[in-house]
Amino acid sequence: MRTRDTACGKIDIAELRGRLETSGGPHYWRSLDELAATPEFQAFVEDEFPSQADDLKNPATRRDLLRVMAAAFGLAGLTACTRQPKENILPYVRQPEEIVLGQPLMYATAMPFRGSAVGLLVESHEGRPTKVEGNPQHPGSLGRTNLFNQASTLGLYDPDRSQAVYFHGRISTWGEFLGRMAELRETLGSGEGLHVLSEPMHSPTLMAQRSALRRRYPAMQWYEYDPIRDSSRDGIVYDFARADVVLSLDSDFLFAMPGSIAYARAFGSRRHAEADRSRMNRLYVVEPTPSITGDSADHRLPVKASEVEVFAQAVAARAAGSTGQSATLRPELSRFVDAVAKDLQAHRGASIVIAGEYQPASVHALAQALNQSLGNIGSTVRHIQTTPDEAQSFPDLVNAMRAGRVKALLIMGVNPVYTAPVDYEFSKHLGAVPFRMHLGLYRDETGSLCQWHVPEAHYLESWSDAAAYDGSACIVQPLIAPLYGGRTPHEVLGTLTETPDQSGYQIVKSFWQSQYRSPDFEQAWEHWLHDGIIPNTAFPERQATSIPAQKVAQPGSQAAQTGLEIVFRADPCVWDGRFANNAWLQETPKPHTKITWDNAIYVSPRTAERLKIENQDLVELRYRGRNVRGPAWVVPGQADDSVTVFLGYGRGRAGRVGTRAGYNGYALRTADRPYFDGGLELVKTGDRYNVASTQTHHTMAGRDLIHSATNARFLKDQTLFRGEEKQEHEVAELSLYPGWESTGYRWGMAIDLNACIGCNACVVACVAENNVPVVGKEQVGRGREMHWLRVDRYHSGSLDNPQVYFQPLPCMHCEQAPCEVVCPVAATVHSSDGLNQMVYNRCVGTRYCSNNCPYKVRRFNFLLYQDWDTPSLAAMRNPNVTVRSRGVMEKCTYCVQRIEAAKIETQKQDRRIRDGEIQTACQQACPTDAIIFGDLNDKSSRVHKLRNGPLHYSLLAELGTKPRTTYTAKLRNINPELETVS
Amino acid sequence: MIDVPVTERADNPPVVGPGHNYTTVTDQISDAVLKFPIETRWLIPFGLVFAGMMLLFLSLTYLVLRGIGIWGNNIPVAWGFDIINFVWWIGIGHAGTLISAILLLLKQDWRTSINRFSEAMTLFAVACAGIFPLFHTGRPWLAYWLFPYPNTMNMWPQPRSPLIWDVFAVSTYFTVSFLFWYVGLVPDMATFRDRAKKRWQQVTYGILALGWRGSARHWARYDMAYLLLAGLATPLVVSVHTVVSFDFAVSQLPGWHTTIFPPYFVAGAIHSGFAMVMTLAIPARAYYNLRDFITMRHLHNMAKLMIATSWIVAYGYIMEIFMAWYSGSNPEIYMMVNRMTGPYAPLYWALWATNIVAAQFFWFKGVRSNIAALFVLSLVINIGMWLERFVIIVVSLHRDFLPSSWGMYYPTIWDFATLAGTIGLFLTLMFLFMRVLPAISISEMKAMVPPPPESPSDTKARPPAEPEAVPR
Repeated sequence: MRTRDTACGKIDIAELRGRLETSGGPHYWRSLDELAATPEFQAFVEDEFPSQADDLKNPATRRDLLRVMAAAFGLAGLTACTRQPKENILPYVRQPEEIVLGQPLMYATAMPFRGSAVGLLVESHEGRPTKVEGNPQHPGSLGRTNLFNQASTLGLYDPDRSQAVYFHGRISTWGEFLGRMAELRETLGSGEGLHVLSEPMHSPTLMAQRSALRRRYPAMQWYEYDPIRDSSRDGIVYDFARADVVLSLDSDFLFAMPGSIAYARAFGSRRHAEADRSRMNRLYVVEPTPSITGDSADHRLPVKASEVEVFAQAVAARAAGSTGQSATLRPELSRFVDAVAKDLQAHRGASIVIAGEYQPASVHALAQALNQSLGNIGSTVRHIQTTPDEAQSFPDLVNAMRAGRVKALLIMGVNPVYTAPVDYEFSKHLGAVPFRMHLGLYRDETGSLCQWHVPEAHYLESWSDAAAYDGSACIVQPLIAPLYGGRTPHEVLGTLTETPDQSGYQIVKSFWQSQYRSPDFEQAWEHWLHDGIIPNTAFPERQATSIPAQKVAQPGSQAAQTGLEIVFRADPCVWDGRFANNAWLQETPKPHTKITWDNAIYVSPRTAERLKIENQDLVELRYRGRNVRGPAWVVPGQADDSVTVFLGYGRGRAGRVGTRAGYNGYALRTADRPYFDGGLELVKTGDRYNVASTQTHHTMAGRDLIHSATNARFLKDQTLFRGEEKQEHEVAELSLYPGWESTGYRWGMAIDLNACIGCNACVVACVAENNVPVVGKEQVGRGREMHWLRVDRYHSGSLDNPQVYFQPLPCMHCEQAPCEVVCPVAATVHSSDGLNQMVYNRCVGTRYCSNNCPYKVRRFNFLLYQDWDTPSLAAMRNPNVTVRSRGVMEKCTYCVQRIEAAKIETQKQDRRIRDGEIQTACQQACPTDAIIFGDLNDKSSRVHKLRNGPLHYSLLAELGTKPRTTYTAKLRNINPELETVS
Repeated sequence: MIDVPVTERADNPPVVGPGHNYTTVTDQISDAVLKFPIETRWLIPFGLVFAGMMLLFLSLTYLVLRGIGIWGNNIPVAWGFDIINFVWWIGIGHAGTLISAILLLLKQDWRTSINRFSEAMTLFAVACAGIFPLFHTGRPWLAYWLFPYPNTMNMWPQPRSPLIWDVFAVSTYFTVSFLFWYVGLVPDMATFRDRAKKRWQQVTYGILALGWRGSARHWARYDMAYLLLAGLATPLVVSVHTVVSFDFAVSQLPGWHTTIFPPYFVAGAIHSGFAMVMTLAIPARAYYNLRDFITMRHLHNMAKLMIATSWIVAYGYIMEIFMAWYSGSNPEIYMMVNRMTGPYAPLYWALWATNIVAAQFFWFKGVRSNIAALFVLSLVINIGMWLERFVIIVVSLHRDFLPSSWGMYYPTIWDFATLAGTIGLFLTLMFLFMRVLPAISISEMKAMVPPPPESPSDTKARPPAEPEAVPR
């Protein structure tokens, strides 16, 4: 062996130094020999470590690879050693007034919807709005809401909302938009060619802004467009609380009209189980397709939409004293007319005739003439002075676009590319407008066709104001800063003024300052914000214009159509399409058919029989040379030869939820016949289309699920329902074991079937409150919807015109709960105050409890239904309710989080919870007060009284489950003359 | 012991084929394991059933990853194929214990050649059954909460739930069946140990033989243990399916809430158990050349038993109809009407045809003697018993009290994959069992053949006279 020394040749130190200096970057060397890389050294290495010599010659080897990989792994770990930038977080040193972490705060605001705002109180958890509730002080809400209000929190957090300013499809900025608007301002001059399209406006500030802009740009044109006629401009408000008899001419006043929440409340107050039964009102409805109002009617007659006018004329003639038989009327119609006219006459001054928004002006005129002749004006029907309509009509805009007069078009919050009548060819004309701007919550069909798109602020992010159906103004205050930099219409309009970058807050506040010139403005402003209503702003009453009598006698402007009639309706869940991307609303079953995620084509049983159509047949509608395909649905109660098409579906650019759901009814809708017309052809394609419906059986199968009687019969015999109740009680008490002594609280719920109108507000409220997941159409079709509260709908009577019963069904919280006995791990147990509780953490998911639940109210997470990944949805959830994962059972808890919150509060004050102090989410939302929750041990509680009332009954009492949720029997106020008609 | 006189009829086929003695019995049975080659005609069917087992693992993996939603279960039909398959497999498992224990106590000597085989079938069927209650839970990784064990949560199972009774009934049944089967195997393991040529086989069988030397003392203890286990297993035959039937009978669902369920379930289980023994025995005796040991006599007897069980089951069906009518309760009556005329009515009528009508063919000697007919009919009865569980579980659930929540149940591809997978697992285990263990009890078979003129010194099999344990 040679020694190391001998192995090395001569080393030239100077050369090495030079080499080291010239080599760039760090160079590692072990010895001078290596550095020198002399041939001798290499020979030595080769000699000494033959295998390694190879390595030195061929740098890329397996060992190198491993070495580099090892280093990479090692260095990867080093990143953990990087000191993260220091970011101090501090708790509140001085806690802001009112904020207690973990305690939600309620703020008053209002949701503008079709020109009538609903005042809301919004629950905010540490700055995140999570749940809306009605504002009791607001006339449009009276503390109640509808499903659209309830679903609006999901609308706020919708991840598909437009999140940036777009210019020609590329992301831009608000600053650039301001710059462009400044350029535009220079060129506008008197406003020639400046056109603005908005929804029908009811915001006082916006109207003031419009007036100011008119002054600056006298030639500016302003249009308002709503695909469904907005009747709030008619200036008529109704007092249903004072009406004994109501005739609805195709009006869905309980659900789909400005003020319908207040109307439903008033209407329900005359039918409620707690109300004086002898003063029960009577509702007649004639309509082509079953609406919520029609389903609540005592007498409903399905007639074609075009026949409503004929019917109204006949009633008017009969009410005016004519006794002659109208030749045009079918016999059953004629009988109905006689009875209705007689009943209306008998209740002069205490009746209402109300015409629907889908009906032509002539029907409205007839309705008002009838109200006038019946002396209802001033008592049950009031005319109010609404703000004068300053806008041009939508067709004018289309004409201007056709003529090329539109240089700049600002589209504010509407989606005309989708909703405009198809014969306007709006998108074609829009493309020819040189400057197009769209402000919208979504970059939708219209937004994507405009050069500029500005994301709109959701109402929960906006400063604005709005008017209720009666004109009462309120301030819309934001609950949260805009999530995606959204802008309000106020701010966008501001860009046309000298102060383009004014904030919405400044604009709204300065407007009200100008209205309320008083030194205590700040104080008043705070009051308005706090109360959610500006006092004394309701529209004043006006003298009704008298309607010439001959107009009433005139034959209808539209003669009754022959053949199939097409009827266009806004969808009861997604409305005109604006809520198409709201999954809560998509999954809400339609009130009458319980269809989700689709708009079916409604045909009557008789028409379906004639055309040989079954449910879920894919049919083609041919109308005026256009056609559309959709699934047929046979709907008992639909007028014969009348085919209903629901708008709001078939969206092209709605988002991940709404795009491509259903078919587009607008594709058939023309400007001259927007609501109904004859001449429809319905052709079976032979294909099938799957529709997900949550309820496929409509009869009660001969079971006594809904106790009902006529009001007259009940008035004669108040113990009508007591016999069954007594028997049921005896069955329920049969037990070998002593009952549970219930001291303390004993929670119970009474659901009044007389008041329930089936509007679904409770269903969506429950979803919002309890973090109930959305499962999608496919899963609903499999029978896996997750709603804790469902509204069952049953038919009885004839197939063509059945009676409809709604029955909201939450968990019954049975005292002898069948689910508890069979759970192998005690995951569902009883609390001492009688709640049937579900312990999610303990549940292993055998689903035995659901099998043994006779009410089938339990819901199982068959898959991971909750969206854990979308960040915006995490902020939406109620922090007081567990977000369930897959594999566990869940069900209604009676909103136990609210019960516990109230318990904590009252324990601090050392008192019992008062009746009404706890409102479950469903109860809170219900417009008609049909759901009453409370303590059964409290003898003065409403629920205790209802339980001991003459109408009370338990569902499936014969099973001995002793449910805590019970019902009151449904009474119908039948006109004896029509007893056999409906 | 109950002494039931066994009348031998002249026209009955023999229990053992002619011309057998101790040596031929030992040779033939042990050669099926020790000398049988691994050949293509074995590998192909084994590969098929093995693929079936892999399908089970695949579908269970996917199930755990995604959730129960990959199946067709829903609300109201929260139990579907999962529990149908569970009850079906448990039922199949019944014949094993019945043949080994009850027929042993009743001195039905013809049981001897099929008992080992059907005990193994029992074990594997119960193993297949056990998969379902475990994996049908929403969170199977927490299914151990169904067992009582001390824990920091201070939580015990909820003893009123029949599912807890199930846990005990099935696990007890499995344990006792396993012990019974294993104890019976011990003398044969010794035979194998002594005949095996390869070292690893000698060691393995030697360990399994537990030091068996065939001494008289061994035999005495063995017989007593076997008898005691038989006595222990006998009530289990009745109890397991009784408890399984409680899963349904204890609930208040129309169609489940029935007092006739326990006997009706047990009879049905035996019905399906015999059908499955026949389904397996027919190909096995052909393939392993065991026609002399599993003779026509066995097949005849099982066919006759199935006639009896079919009538007990038919009685159950008729009583269900009667009770539904007699109850006068709308949901009960509707449940029956719905079975007969509802959307699943074809399955209900198929159930009558397959379970009851099919078994009546066994009245004919011509059918009983026709191997192909027996095989087909036994398969039909297996399907029929599966349909019975479908009708009970799904058809009762899908329309219960409130018409608003009525729904339909449609199984998915994963439902079928899991069912096929358990069949694969079952058959794989059966294949392996036939491969490595004596499918027929050598020691007991020797009691059935005439004793040799001189004492056989080359085997350590059981001596001829053991009147205590094996009759005759």
